[in-house]
Amino acid sequence: MLDIRNLHVAVDGKEILRGLTLRIEAGQVHAIMGPNGSGKSTLSYILAGRAGYEITEGSITYDGEDLAALAPEARAAKGVFLAMQYPVEIPGVTTMTFLKTALNSQRRQRGEPDLDAVGVLKLVRAKAKMLNVTEEMLKRALNVGFSGGEKKRLEILQMALFEPRLAILDETDSGLDIDALRLVAEGVNTLRGPSRAMLVITHYQRLLDYIVPDRIHVLARGRIVAEGGKELALELEARGYDHLVKDVA
Amino acid sequence: MSIAAETKAHVAEIGEKYKYGFVTDIEMERAPKGLSEDTVRYISAKKGEPDWMLEWRLGAFRRWLSMKEPDWARVQYPKIDYQDAYYYAAPKNTPKKQSLDEVDPKLLETYKKLGIPLHEQMALAGVAVDAVFDSVSVATTFKEKLNEAGVIFCPISEAIRDYPDLVKKYLGTVVPVTDNYFATLNSAVFSDGTFVFVPKGVRCPMELSTYFRINASETGQFERTLIIADEGSYVSYLEGCTAPKRDENQLHAAVVELVALDDAEIKYSTVQNWYPGDENGLGGIFNFVTKRGDCRGRKSKISWTQVETGSAITWKYPSCILRGDGSVGEFYSIAIANNFQQADTGTKMIHLGANTRSRIISKGISAGRAQNTYRGLVSVYGKAKNARNYTQCDSLLIGGDCGAHTVPYIESRNPTARIEHEATTSKIAEDQLFYCLARGIPQDEAVSLIVNGFCKEVLQQLPMEFAVEAQKLVGISLEGSVG
Ligand SMILES: Nc1ncnc2c1ncn2[C@@H]1O[C@H](COP(=O)(O)OP(=O)(O)O)[C@@H](O)[C@H]1O
Ligand SMILES: [Mg+2]
Repeated sequence: MLDIRNLHVAVDGKEILRGLTLRIEAGQVHAIMGPNGSGKSTLSYILAGRAGYEITEGSITYDGEDLAALAPEARAAKGVFLAMQYPVEIPGVTTMTFLKTALNSQRRQRGEPDLDAVGVLKLVRAKAKMLNVTEEMLKRALNVGFSGGEKKRLEILQMALFEPRLAILDETDSGLDIDALRLVAEGVNTLRGPSRAMLVITHYQRLLDYIVPDRIHVLARGRIVAEGGKELALELEARGYDHLVKDVA
Repeated sequence: MSIAAETKAHVAEIGEKYKYGFVTDIEMERAPKGLSEDTVRYISAKKGEPDWMLEWRLGAFRRWLSMKEPDWARVQYPKIDYQDAYYYAAPKNTPKKQSLDEVDPKLLETYKKLGIPLHEQMALAGVAVDAVFDSVSVATTFKEKLNEAGVIFCPISEAIRDYPDLVKKYLGTVVPVTDNYFATLNSAVFSDGTFVFVPKGVRCPMELSTYFRINASETGQFERTLIIADEGSYVSYLEGCTAPKRDENQLHAAVVELVALDDAEIKYSTVQNWYPGDENGLGGIFNFVTKRGDCRGRKSKISWTQVETGSAITWKYPSCILRGDGSVGEFYSIAIANNFQQADTGTKMIHLGANTRSRIISKGISAGRAQNTYRGLVSVYGKAKNARNYTQCDSLLIGGDCGAHTVPYIESRNPTARIEHEATTSKIAEDQLFYCLARGIPQDEAVSLIVNGFCKEVLQQLPMEFAVEAQKLVGISLEGSVG
């Protein structure tokens, strides 16, 4: 489903990703681990299409299509979802309004009819309960005054709502207490399925106790420096990243 | 890379998007070009006005000749040649319509294009509409229902004939003939406008609304509106404005006077979308408007809400004179300036009475190469003990070539007064835009969403029926502003 080959990405002329190769099939969950500053968020942004991130070499193929040729909103409509490390506040726009606008924007691009307010509300309510997203949260301005945990839960709610084909979770676990982490992991696990691929980015092994990946890639200085099964996470937990990072200077 | 670096001056053709830019092909009757006592007499005669009105106009005209165009606003425009314009234009044979069926179908077609359903739709919406096309008022709906309630809602030209005592008593008492250059000009040549009188204790049974339309070329529009709310009454009034696309600049100099007596309340809303000019700054309406409300009675209230998206130049300060003890003045404003638009707008809150309160919420949005200035005066007089003002003034910038300016004037001559002023300036953040895009919301819609969120407090003040339209307008007027 996602095929990244020899990807080089520059930001403001500075090369951040330096020849990254990664392949994820439908139905799989892969994890990306790596120290701070290794380029994990950069990878998530280039997949979602953030302005200012430039591919200088290599390719990204999503469902057989050149992903870089698609506008960010078109990627969303085609099933790419990024749960962001730092969800953004939009004052004055209620969470519910945002969800409705986003959902219908995606539907319109796919040639599907808009859902009315009642239809969206039903859908949102059905998903919100499991993630403990309250009605009151839905009435507040998007992410404004939300706690860290509330923000992350709202990201996962959006994932559940949009039912993406490729979900990228950028450090969704950071700043979560153990209960919130469980909720989020449960939300993610319910969405696992044969037609869906997930890329779970995390700094810590802890999340992978709850979301068990099919494969783990270690990112350091813009390149994959190690790969393995779920047991790799435990090894990293014990030994740290340093010995891997040294090799890629 | 920041969005600012990427944002260029707006190149998309907003002119193409100005959906009100059509011209209605209709036979016009005009005054001879230019401005003189004869022009004033011509207009007065066309309106069949009594002598006192003509004298009033002539007095204003003579005064105007001795006045100077103000130059303190932060707007720049070529010198206006007042002799090179028409001061009266009317669709031929339209005045004096008893019902809509008599109105030229082309006119009705125009209103339909403008999205103003004069017929059944309005009945459903329960809105009474007075429509001013160039210089004359064409049709007034719902007269009967309003008559039952005792509410007078008619073209001001009609009020001058039918209710001379009311007009004489109030006209020019809020905005004196000598007030300022543009108001004085208006007093001399105003062609039509709306008159509203709500009698004692009456809550006006529906929203009142006037649509102003400039159609003829080289024609100035000078409408005059006078609204009087007698003791304990309430009225909500909305005006909408549009004009065709033309390469020339056209002058619009309106005067609006509001009078609220004891315990009365007037809510006045404006959705102003005069043609703003094209993306290179060619054409557009010069909007020099004097709007003022007099809270003459105790515990009266006047509330201005404006959504200003059009015009090449906006010069406008809807104000409140808080004369009655315990009276309340409010000003809620959204001013959007894109491309080469220049807006200098704000309010004056004049606290004369004791325990008077005022509230100012201003949201200025600048994009392209536009300049947007908030200019506001809060003045507390010696007798206004315990006067309160709260001002919040927020500016939003889209791109790096535009400007936002805040010019507050605060004067207090009473030590018990409390005046609060808050101001912020922000940019549409790149991360906000990206967040929306990544969730599937296209750029223009994302800008619209973010800006509508920014303006929410003001949009909430609009009558329900118009809030949705106003939200759309906010989006449309900023289309393509992020490159
Ligand atoms: N806008 C930017 N301009 C310059 N350098 C950047 C920018 N964004 C990120 N970087 C740099 O890119 C590297 C990778 O950042 P990031 O992808 O956020 O790492 P991670 O998510 O793994 O912590 C870091 O060294 C960071 O300083
Ligand atoms: Mg990161």
